Amino acid sequence: MTHDTQLRTLQAIAALVPHGSRVLDLGCGDGALLAHLQQHRGCSGYGVELNDANVHACVQRGVNVLQLNLDQGLSLFGDQSFDVVLQIDTLQHLRNAETMLLETARVGRLGIVSFPNFGHWPNRWSVLQGRMPVTKRLPYQWYDTPNIRVGTFADFEVLATKNGLHLLDAFGLQDGARVAVWPNLLAGTAVFKFQRG
Amino acid sequence: MSTKTHPPLIAKPQSMHFAAPLSLQSGASLRDYTLAYETYGTLNADKSNAVLVCHALNASHHVAGVYENQAHSEGWWDNMIGPGKPVDTARFFVIGVNNLGSCFGSTGPMHTHPDTGQVYGADFPVVTVEDWVNAQALLLDALGITQLAAVMGGSLGGMQALSWTLQHPERVRHAVVVASAPNLTAENIAFNEVARRAIVTDPDFHGGHFYQHGVVPKRGLRIARMVGHITYLSDDVMNEKFGRELRNAVADNATGYRYSTQDVEFQIESYLRYQGDKFSEYFDANTYLLITRALDYFDPARSHGGDLSAAFARTSAKFLLVSFTTDWRFSSARSREMVRALLDNQRDVSYAEIDAPHGHDAFLLDDARYMNVVRSYFERIAQETPLAGGAA
Repeated sequence: MTHDTQLRTLQAIAALVPHGSRVLDLGCGDGALLAHLQQHRGCSGYGVELNDANVHACVQRGVNVLQLNLDQGLSLFGDQSFDVVLQIDTLQHLRNAETMLLETARVGRLGIVSFPNFGHWPNRWSVLQGRMPVTKRLPYQWYDTPNIRVGTFADFEVLATKNGLHLLDAFGLQDGARVAVWPNLLAGTAVFKFQRG
Repeated sequence: MSTKTHPPLIAKPQSMHFAAPLSLQSGASLRDYTLAYETYGTLNADKSNAVLVCHALNASHHVAGVYENQAHSEGWWDNMIGPGKPVDTARFFVIGVNNLGSCFGSTGPMHTHPDTGQVYGADFPVVTVEDWVNAQALLLDALGITQLAAVMGGSLGGMQALSWTLQHPERVRHAVVVASAPNLTAENIAFNEVARRAIVTDPDFHGGHFYQHGVVPKRGLRIARMVGHITYLSDDVMNEKFGRELRNAVADNATGYRYSTQDVEFQIESYLRYQGDKFSEYFDANTYLLITRALDYFDPARSHGGDLSAAFARTSAKFLLVSFTTDWRFSSARSREMVRALLDNQRDVSYAEIDAPHGHDAFLLDDARYMNVVRSYFERIAQETPLAGGAA
């Protein structure tokens, strides 16, 4: 993603977070989104991150960060203890993706999840040609990808329904812009906002 | 990150005498006592850049720098604290204090009891982490410091840093708690008890009044140190350093063993004996008992029915917690308990869980990830703190 696209994506997701929210950002990376939420939307909260360099980057930014392995669950966090729990480009890395989705809904009054949409047409085209997709959004080869959960926009809707989650908003993001029509085909990123049913 | 080289920091030990009695947690009191301390850097005009560094079991007020014309006299946390180091003494006024009951300068069991004119020995009152913090607070009062930019410590020092945020929440802006725990586990207490029994049952201990017999219970101290040392290292590091290596393999049999039950056979035995010998030359037996007891007693949740979150409701500081994955003495799980209690109280906290191989000792070693996190955390503190000399 270009810097501009990254910024617009960040802003599109930040816009889903109500002003003044207490936020838990699971897989917060270098803390850019949390810093943005603190500075521009009066939010507070914590990031969770495993990578040493990212943890350091968060401390440098002045973002609260907890170095924890999400595959070990969210037992440190109480029920409904956050206004918003974010999982931005995190779900696809998790072994226990379904459990974590439920945990997200347990800990947060609102959950916001985004992940690369494998249903995006260039990915479908690539698979039709017999090859796993390698794109700007999914720059990895099949043998070295950290994305161990490969799902589509439509797949997530099914999983959310199965787990009794109430979807409040669902859309795609492409080049940082919202895709409301045929997001499963036309968007590289799937975004869902939900709460416990 | 600073790349320029700095002249060596010269440390000068100081001491301050306190005539008024200090009421201790046990109900006893201590009067006419002295605290040994060192300071590094310059206190800024509004006295807001002070950082207190608390020491662990066998350390002292000599935290950083070297003593003039004295080789190998680096402070115990000299890799962390000094000009251009993670806790930068060009920005912060850093204070190291020797705790009461220690044997490195502050009033302790080898000093004279003002009531009896005799050496305290075993009569030195039991001191707790809370007592130490209260004594440190009196020193800060005397230095004119009402609020610390940060209080910092590892292991038992981390317990003191934590206790500061509970006893004097309004006096601490940040707490940096490294490789520590909210209390000792039964296993921790068990190791301390082995060490204490080794000392107390040494015939040279004389019930703690060995000074007047002109002896030192060195055998007990050696064993205490050996046990302690095992718990500071990880299994992996011990294996890597020593493995099953023999100190002096004998040539006349295939195994190299000397088939002796009492000679030093393996390198690890040699290492532990060396550490024990060295320690018994400088450490005081009564101090060892006092400090391990202070560790045992520390339990801020106890007065809250064991509820650490309830105990932490008093805190107002921002926290940085660090643990090391191979530390089995103060495991990462113990640090996560503190994280949880801080989360329950919606306190600002960052937590780094460093995947370092060195066990509990890692908190004193150079690991770039650890050092970088502490450095960046203190840079953030510096940004909200006026510099010494005024100019930003």
